[in-house]
Amino acid sequence: MTEQYDAIVIGAGHNGLVCAALLGKAGRKVLVLEANEQVGGAAVTRRFADDYSVPACAHLLYQLQPQVKKDLGLNIALASDDMETVALSTDGQHVRYSSDRVHGVSDADAASYRDFHRRMSRFANLLQTYLNKPPPRLGTKDRKDLVTLARLGLDLRMLGRKEMREFLRLIGMNIHDEVTERFENKLLKGALSLDAVLGTHLGPRSPNTIMTYLYRLAGNGGRLAAPAGGMGAVSEALAQAARSNGVTIRTGMPVQRVIVDNGRVTGVETQNGENFASFTVVSNADPKTTILNLVGARHVETGFARRISNIRMQGNAAKLHLALDGLPVVQGLEKRDFGARLLIAPDEHYVERAFNPAKYGETSPEPVLEISIPSFRDSTLAPTGKHVLSAIVQYAPYRLKKGWDKAAREAFKETTLRKITEFMPDIDGRITAVEMLTPVDIEQEFHMGGGHWHHGEFTLDQFMFVRPVSGAAQYAMPLDGLFLCGAGTHPGGGVSGAAGRNAARALLAREKTA
Amino acid sequence: MNVIEVHQGRLESPFYPRLKALDRLDNWHTWKGYTTPDALFDAELEYFAIRNSTGVFDLTPMTKYRITGKDSLAYVDRLVTRDMQKVTAGRVAYAVWCNDQGQVIDDGTIFHLREGEYRLCSQERHLPWLMAAAIGFDVTIREETADIAALAVQGPTSYSIMRNLGLHGLENLKPFGLMHFDFQGTELMVSRTGFTGDLGYELWLSPGKALALWDALFEAGRHYDIRAMGTHALEQARIEAGYLAAYQEFLPADETVRTGRSRSPFELGLDWLVDFRKPNFNGRRALAAEKLKGSKWRLVKLDIEGNKPAHHSYIYAKPRKNKKEIGFITSASWSPVCKQNIAIGSVRMPHGVTGETVWVEVYYQREMHWSRVMAKATVVDKPFWFPARRSATPPAPY
Amino acid sequence: MKTYDAIVVGAGHNGLTNAAFLAKAGLNVLCVEKNDYIGGAAVSRNLHKDWIYSNCSYVCSLLRPEIFRALELHRHGLQVTPYGGSVTFMQNGDYFGSYWDSEVSYREKARFSKRDADAYIRYSTDTMRQCRFIRDFLLRTPPDPTSFKPADIRELLLLGRKFMEMGEDRMYETIRFWTMSVAEYLGEYFETDVIKTALSGSGIIGTALGVHSPGTAYVLLHHYMGDVDGNVGTWGYARGGMGGVSKSIAGAFQAYGGELRTDAGVDKIVVKNGKVKGVALTTGEEIDARVVVSNMDVKRTFLQCMDESDLDPEFYRRVRNFKSRGSSGKLNIALNGLPTFPALPKGSSLMHSDMHFIDSMERMERAYDDWKAGTWSKDPYVDMLIPTLVDPTMAPPGKHFMSCFIQYCPPQINGRRWTDAERDAFGKTVIDQIANYSPDFKSLIEHVEIRTPQDIEDQIGITEGNIFHGELTMDQLLFNRPVPGYAQYRSPVGGLYMCGSSTHPGGGVMAAPGANAAREILFDLKRHNTVPENFGDD
Repeated sequence: MTEQYDAIVIGAGHNGLVCAALLGKAGRKVLVLEANEQVGGAAVTRRFADDYSVPACAHLLYQLQPQVKKDLGLNIALASDDMETVALSTDGQHVRYSSDRVHGVSDADAASYRDFHRRMSRFANLLQTYLNKPPPRLGTKDRKDLVTLARLGLDLRMLGRKEMREFLRLIGMNIHDEVTERFENKLLKGALSLDAVLGTHLGPRSPNTIMTYLYRLAGNGGRLAAPAGGMGAVSEALAQAARSNGVTIRTGMPVQRVIVDNGRVTGVETQNGENFASFTVVSNADPKTTILNLVGARHVETGFARRISNIRMQGNAAKLHLALDGLPVVQGLEKRDFGARLLIAPDEHYVERAFNPAKYGETSPEPVLEISIPSFRDSTLAPTGKHVLSAIVQYAPYRLKKGWDKAAREAFKETTLRKITEFMPDIDGRITAVEMLTPVDIEQEFHMGGGHWHHGEFTLDQFMFVRPVSGAAQYAMPLDGLFLCGAGTHPGGGVSGAAGRNAARALLAREKTA
Repeated sequence: MNVIEVHQGRLESPFYPRLKALDRLDNWHTWKGYTTPDALFDAELEYFAIRNSTGVFDLTPMTKYRITGKDSLAYVDRLVTRDMQKVTAGRVAYAVWCNDQGQVIDDGTIFHLREGEYRLCSQERHLPWLMAAAIGFDVTIREETADIAALAVQGPTSYSIMRNLGLHGLENLKPFGLMHFDFQGTELMVSRTGFTGDLGYELWLSPGKALALWDALFEAGRHYDIRAMGTHALEQARIEAGYLAAYQEFLPADETVRTGRSRSPFELGLDWLVDFRKPNFNGRRALAAEKLKGSKWRLVKLDIEGNKPAHHSYIYAKPRKNKKEIGFITSASWSPVCKQNIAIGSVRMPHGVTGETVWVEVYYQREMHWSRVMAKATVVDKPFWFPARRSATPPAPY
Repeated sequence: MKTYDAIVVGAGHNGLTNAAFLAKAGLNVLCVEKNDYIGGAAVSRNLHKDWIYSNCSYVCSLLRPEIFRALELHRHGLQVTPYGGSVTFMQNGDYFGSYWDSEVSYREKARFSKRDADAYIRYSTDTMRQCRFIRDFLLRTPPDPTSFKPADIRELLLLGRKFMEMGEDRMYETIRFWTMSVAEYLGEYFETDVIKTALSGSGIIGTALGVHSPGTAYVLLHHYMGDVDGNVGTWGYARGGMGGVSKSIAGAFQAYGGELRTDAGVDKIVVKNGKVKGVALTTGEEIDARVVVSNMDVKRTFLQCMDESDLDPEFYRRVRNFKSRGSSGKLNIALNGLPTFPALPKGSSLMHSDMHFIDSMERMERAYDDWKAGTWSKDPYVDMLIPTLVDPTMAPPGKHFMSCFIQYCPPQINGRRWTDAERDAFGKTVIDQIANYSPDFKSLIEHVEIRTPQDIEDQIGITEGNIFHGELTMDQLLFNRPVPGYAQYRSPVGGLYMCGSSTHPGGGVMAAPGANAAREILFDLKRHNTVPENFGDD
């Protein structure tokens, strides 16, 4: 006789932990099964060379939703709030910006940036309200759905006529047009373009990139934070919150399948053959993995299975980790500047050109990078005086035409290091260890299909009402007892916890009406 | 690269030379790209061959798929609404399949040829849907329309002709059963199925032996008044038998531009084909909801007074006052064998209960003059033509 | 001096349509045109011996039949003949054709993939559903979603109702359709590269986006939503070239008493006390009118023909930021005979069809990358037709006119004007691509007119030579077109209206913007409406 749980959560990623904690808080008996030995999914700190540790996937915190913190009473210590971004220039004339301030540009650009930031923040705030609600269904007579839709309409109107018009215009637009309309400084245009396309299969000219930019802002008002103790600390805090709400978390327990009996979910079976019983299974895994691998398409209907298999989720971001025996030299940067986020995106056309090859299954010969040196704040990550550098490198398409073999990974590593050397000329002599994770590596290590950190491309055709797919945006899947709570659901990826929280709320609300 | 242009005209079925040789009327149309006779010598006599002796119809253009593989049973069971576990090897099932919204994509017959091997035969083409339905199953779906030649041999003398053809053992074959025979070294599959509501068989084999089969069949039927027939005769028999036709009684759900123009199995009177004891099949969730909420439409068979066929007519609840249409006719015909004015129609719920009287607005023209009658009609539940010989096993010899 | 009721600036098809409906309502209307010929981009030009070129727009489908009928264009000589099919030549010597007969088309697709051949039905059904959704709004003024005026609320509700009528599932599919790229949209139906490629062209024609750019599925729709004689998605030739369209509308306009002046370029739209007063011609002549309607694109209208000081700064800024990007070129070729295409069998109906010479989605997208880099596509998407196979009036007997539409071609080369050498090189790129599939093509060429977006701007006046008077992206559609708050054909200046393709529903020889603007003007002037409602199709 196996033990019966009220809910089993597959995967202890941050969304899984948030969902489990909230269910636990509501008095449910919850079990979380995590494949890896460590909780946190893509928000983890792990060793990659002797005495060197890095945030292995996500490396900055900017979207953790205040609602999540509040509901779980989280108190995450931040080593840095409102971290500065430095858009690097080879000549040392860098542009620096943090949420609403920019330096190193003309007065006109600075004024325009403030205006830009104010407007974007306002729209992001509007968006944020809806990121923290399950999307309403369309065309139903359900009162709650109608209220949410009416609220959305009202909130748009409350923006005022001018801003509402602007919102309706901007929402489908690309970042390229917006930044070229507003700014003259190339570095600023390049940097904001990169902000909009990080983690996506989009270039700055692709319509939809205003949306991705707004999404980035919808959390902490665009303020970038570095948690004390690294990203792993966030996950630990969430795990702690879950445990204190009575949740059982078992690591090193990869799930083999979701057990379906007579048309409903009855539990899960782990790869080591253990069975756990529950009439509610919540998957933090991506929708494709969940439906096609863990559940099996045969247990759902054909149209739904087809939609799931049509989800676009092929990552483009690689991750580079360097162990350094000291801080590199960057012209125009002082030591304290290494606590900032450093960008290599010299102009908006450069970013677009970096994207071009990704469309054809090739890596960027001139990649764009988001660099952070987490050891600058957290001395536990590297031996004294030494450092680790963590960089997100684009574009490295998951489905590489030639395939991601060792040679391809090495080649992209070389390409990336060459690019970094342009800005950090002495870096080569400082490197003691290198790790490059391609999207395929990320897929394997973090169990996210396509190595895509949004668990599904973040575009309007996969957003809100239609995320993860049409007709299944309310976290409950069309299989009794099955729920999703990961980044593949509304609102999407990033260490925000919104999907996990929405899923828990949707699940509890459903129990109430059932 | 030397490219051969795709055939620009109508395709010819492997039986075409024989049909052409028998053709007197030169009345042909296109059916799924194939040239198919409306009628060959006399549409009325062709019809009476079905009801009186034996009519032969070339079925080759029907769309056919072969489903094989370890999961083929689980696959077809999830595909269609009825329980396929009960359809053992050697049996044939009439089935409908739905999309996730519980709307009918098409109907057709599924032949359980052997363990783990099925043939699905339908009017329309469905490869993308069948392949999407195969996600997660170990099955192979192959379109085999042109690889199988098929004949319908229908009518009271058909059994005798089959026996004459040397197909022994058919006497025990019940309706919706199938058997394999050797025909001149080629496998011939015979199923006791048809689209006429009468005693009859369908013959399936590889196109290479099509003409030999035709010749042997007509030789075997020489003294049994065997006749080739066209679509016209078949259509008349189809309506008498109360069978559905795609694009008449329903539209394939994924081919409707306008919302609300498709139909669920319940709305087509196919409740008996929906088995909710199955834990999962396409459309189950939507159909379960419809069962609770009620359907919008009902398909009815109508016995209409008078003798003017009610083609394309509106159906009303009342003849005059508060005249509001409640539906429309989908197929209509004078039934020569029942001497009835019959039709199939779609009416809005709650109309259409058996025995209900409705009114059909019939327009007809006589020597340039158009007339309109409001004909009284009764909803009937049984097929108009349902002879005992259809299901008698063994069939009575002629 | 005479004061007109209305002056329409620009005798393009929309200007003429607008003028015709105003004149039909009894207004005293003058239409002025800077060129010595009318028609704007819907013209038939005699530029070489006895050849007639449709040297800008070249085929007809979007022209609203309601307008055709209301203006009785057949009485003024317009005759539209449908043509069918298309062919995509492949690098391996094969080709992919689309035929009038659906079964033949099925067989052709089945040659590549039986699944794709079947999938076409669902694809065309789903696309048609979107067509039906938008078609009802072509002859309507977009509502202002920020307004509380009854008319706006009514229109918004209508839009909402049409959307709701689709049912929940199809509403979601609609959201996806409107935001997807054409490549992704096609990818959900088809697996064969050349089939996707052949269908994707319509998603990028006239557009500075690639097949992988989100939003291009809508552009596809823009090319599918027209019809010839009720056959939605069908295209046709205007007999005698596209000038036939303009000429017939001008005929209607003049029959209603309108006055047409060519060689009358407008230098300035004259504004006095915040209201329009008339126009000043480049010759210095001033003509007064109570209403001025601009058929010019919105950038040219407000940035070049008006004083910034007369305009609301916010409006001015938005117009400046309006995206009117040249991305298409044109080659018009006089041929001494009919070129052969050895890949096609003798007598193939595909000779009469649209011909394309690019056979993969990657080549399509790479063509766009060249444009982004500031140059013309080295391996362009060419939409080639030989109208003289259907219309004998456009070339001497035995000779032919060939129209080549080219995507992508930038308005400038790396931010500066085109040189003649570059224009020739562009032309050579196109001719070489076609010649790869037709060995005798080059030897039959008698004359070539090469038109870059810059030439189109210079001659016709469209900013950057954008054939739609502005990109058809979501931020510039419906109530956002041309700019938010001014989507109802009125400008911030009293008495000044817009009627060109910069306004809803956008470009193509549709005549809907001109008609819609006329309806609004007549409403403001409290005149009887002469503009027809759409036929509706249910």
